[in-house]
Amino acid sequence: MFNTKTILAAVALVASLALPAAAQEGHSTPHIDKQSWSFAGIFGTYDQNQLQRGFQVFREVCSNCHSARLIAFRTLAEEGGPGFSDEQIKALAAEYEIADPTADGGVRKGVAADFWPSPFATEQDARDANGGALPPDFSVLAKARGVTDAFPFWIFNYFTGYSEGGPDYIHALLNGYHEEAPEGFELAEGKYYNDYFPGHAIGMGPPLADGLVSYEVAEGEAEVPLTLQQYSTDVAAFMMWMGEPHLAGRKQTGFVVLLFLVLFAGLMYATKRRIWQGIEH
Amino acid sequence: MSEHSTYTPGSGIEKWLDERLPIIRFSKEHLMDFPTPKNLNYWWTFGAILVMCLGIQIVTGVILAMHYTPNIGMAFDSVEHIRRDVNGGRMIQSFHAVGASMFFAAVYIHIFRGMYFGSYKAPREILWILGVLIFLLMMATAFMGYVLPWGQMSGWAATVITNIFAAIPIVGTPLLELLRGGFSVGNPTLNRFFSLHYLLPFVIAAVVALHIWALHVPGNNNPIGVDVKDTKRDTLPFHPYYTMKDAFGMVLFLIPFAWFAFFAPDILGHPDNYIQFNSQVTPAHIVPEWYFLPFYAILRAIDFNLLFIDSKLLGVIFFGGSILILFFLPWLDTSKVRSGNFRPMFKWFYWLFVVNFVALTYLGAQPAEGIYVILSKICTAYYFIHFIVILPVLGRIETPRPLPTSISESVLGKAH
Ligand code: HEC
Ligand code: HEM
Repeated sequence: MFNTKTILAAVALVASLALPAAAQEGHSTPHIDKQSWSFAGIFGTYDQNQLQRGFQVFREVCSNCHSARLIAFRTLAEEGGPGFSDEQIKALAAEYEIADPTADGGVRKGVAADFWPSPFATEQDARDANGGALPPDFSVLAKARGVTDAFPFWIFNYFTGYSEGGPDYIHALLNGYHEEAPEGFELAEGKYYNDYFPGHAIGMGPPLADGLVSYEVAEGEAEVPLTLQQYSTDVAAFMMWMGEPHLAGRKQTGFVVLLFLVLFAGLMYATKRRIWQGIEH
Repeated sequence: MSEHSTYTPGSGIEKWLDERLPIIRFSKEHLMDFPTPKNLNYWWTFGAILVMCLGIQIVTGVILAMHYTPNIGMAFDSVEHIRRDVNGGRMIQSFHAVGASMFFAAVYIHIFRGMYFGSYKAPREILWILGVLIFLLMMATAFMGYVLPWGQMSGWAATVITNIFAAIPIVGTPLLELLRGGFSVGNPTLNRFFSLHYLLPFVIAAVVALHIWALHVPGNNNPIGVDVKDTKRDTLPFHPYYTMKDAFGMVLFLIPFAWFAFFAPDILGHPDNYIQFNSQVTPAHIVPEWYFLPFYAILRAIDFNLLFIDSKLLGVIFFGGSILILFFLPWLDTSKVRSGNFRPMFKWFYWLFVVNFVALTYLGAQPAEGIYVILSKICTAYYFIHFIVILPVLGRIETPRPLPTSISESVLGKAH
């Protein structure tokens, strides 16, 4: 007959086999430092100034290659976002030409309801301009990337609600370039070495460098450093906003709902106790 | 347990209705007066929680379908349109997606509750079998729903899972083409999956009605597994005692539900599903949703041929068998004692089975290489050994602890 000890021993054996196996997971990303984002956690909201700076980086640099086909100009004026005014959006949209077969000559000036125009007409054009690599669309890119933590650390993510793997990865990627590939690494023509890109050979050259974008500083605001570190944080935050424009409202509602549920559960429990009073069960 | 109605029509209209469609009498008998063992614990609230989950899925799903476009060129963007532009769309979509996970979490608890307390034993075999049928329908529904957003994982899951059927001899290939509506996963696949994904929840609702009917014939099992002897002393009317307890359970369950839906709606999914499906680009790791992982691990564990059966078909047999074997559980468990509380040996094997099941879940998410392959084989073997060897043998060799004579006796015997 099996006794308790035998069974415990068997369980321990299985566990001891499984744990080292879990530790040497082959497919986890290289270690990525998690940043502290204003939009993390249950009270998270976007930092409006940061989104505006991130938008500037996106517009001046990234949007030369990357599209954002699901982002309409009008969304930039929505609550919880970069907070541009309707006039600013109108003026911004008018700076762009939108292909429209019903318009004279096939193009017209953009309006707030238009979507962000793509830098290339077709996927093939985009590839031709980038040595065969396709710059992915930015609309939901921040949610299409993530950070995989090793066992058992990912378990905690369910309790902290960690959802910032995308911006953490993008931030790391933008800071992860090396002038030269490490010795012994065969880097193909037109590729760049990056610590965090899967396979390390990425078709995008380092898009940012210190001093590349000049931020305008409004009166009375602190100077923001013009560094790669700063740009990459700002643009990653902006990309998160593109993927999740209603994040702030969602979390605010969530806090109220959760508070309500906890209080309601308390009342329900008290009522249940009352009803069951005096009944042996 | 019928004929426990205390209903007397209060008014002329009620009397008139009662003689034609006794719906009020029926509701009173089954939703209010139904005698329910007084010792049910909180594990018994999960049935009500599941009804709530089904309701949430149907309501949110119907709204999503108003804005969703089942076309391979537009499906991905239409889901984003719901998240971005539909009023409250981000939350409705999130409740539906997170709701699927919560539904499965609840159903696993419900099933494992049944396994521990022997709720599948006579006279509740049909009740159990209907439950397994619901579980199968839920899996089909969830799988097809996951395909609808047409992300990378959607399309590749559809490809991999429909491929499983191709391994069946003779009918395999025609079946595969029927499921896909063509040779490969494409627009016809998406259209039929959408149609069926809308249909199946209502089939589930119908089977749930049968499930509860089958419950209300023998009445509830209970934590000590001893039949109700004396309705007056052993039971309480369902309302207000269990309506209240179930409602409290539901609100409690909504707390983690809301936590995920509001604060981490994507944490239970895979980032790759935010990339539109491309049949030319295979993701590095194709992993199904977490609730399919144990069965996926079993499917992948079989990588060897047996006699004339090749590994692919054998995998399908084990995969299908791992769920179908649940249908036979009432007859595989030979013990007359229902509740695990009175079965000293069963208790251990039950928990070992749970650990093994969790291990399979973990293994289903790992790449099929190295140590994981061996562990998957061990765990798969143990899964079946539990049903085919351990349960039948335990019933014969185990000496159960003495059972209380009645529910009321056991309740009074508890220290308060
Ligand atoms: C000169 C064109 C160009 C510019 C400018 C550019 N990118 Fe890229 N980007 C690419 C290409 C090409 C790829 C695809 C690389 C590959 O798949 O190898 C890419 C890929 C990416 C990826 C995806 C990496 C992955 O994990 O697949 C991210 C994130 C990204 N770019 C961010 C940015 C940001 C942020 C900016 C602006 C600061 C930017 N890019 C500017 C060309 C560009
Ligand atoms: C949509 C899914 C389901 C719904 C809505 C549902 C609903 C219910 C309800 C309301 C009860 C009575 C309350 C309770 O005991 O918790 C119940 C009991 C039961 N269910 Fe389910 N169920 C579902 C799925 C399943 C599945 C998948 C199984 C097993 C494979 C199952 C097996 C049982 C059993 C054995 C009982 C009797 C429990 C007892 O009285 O001890 N159910 N179900």
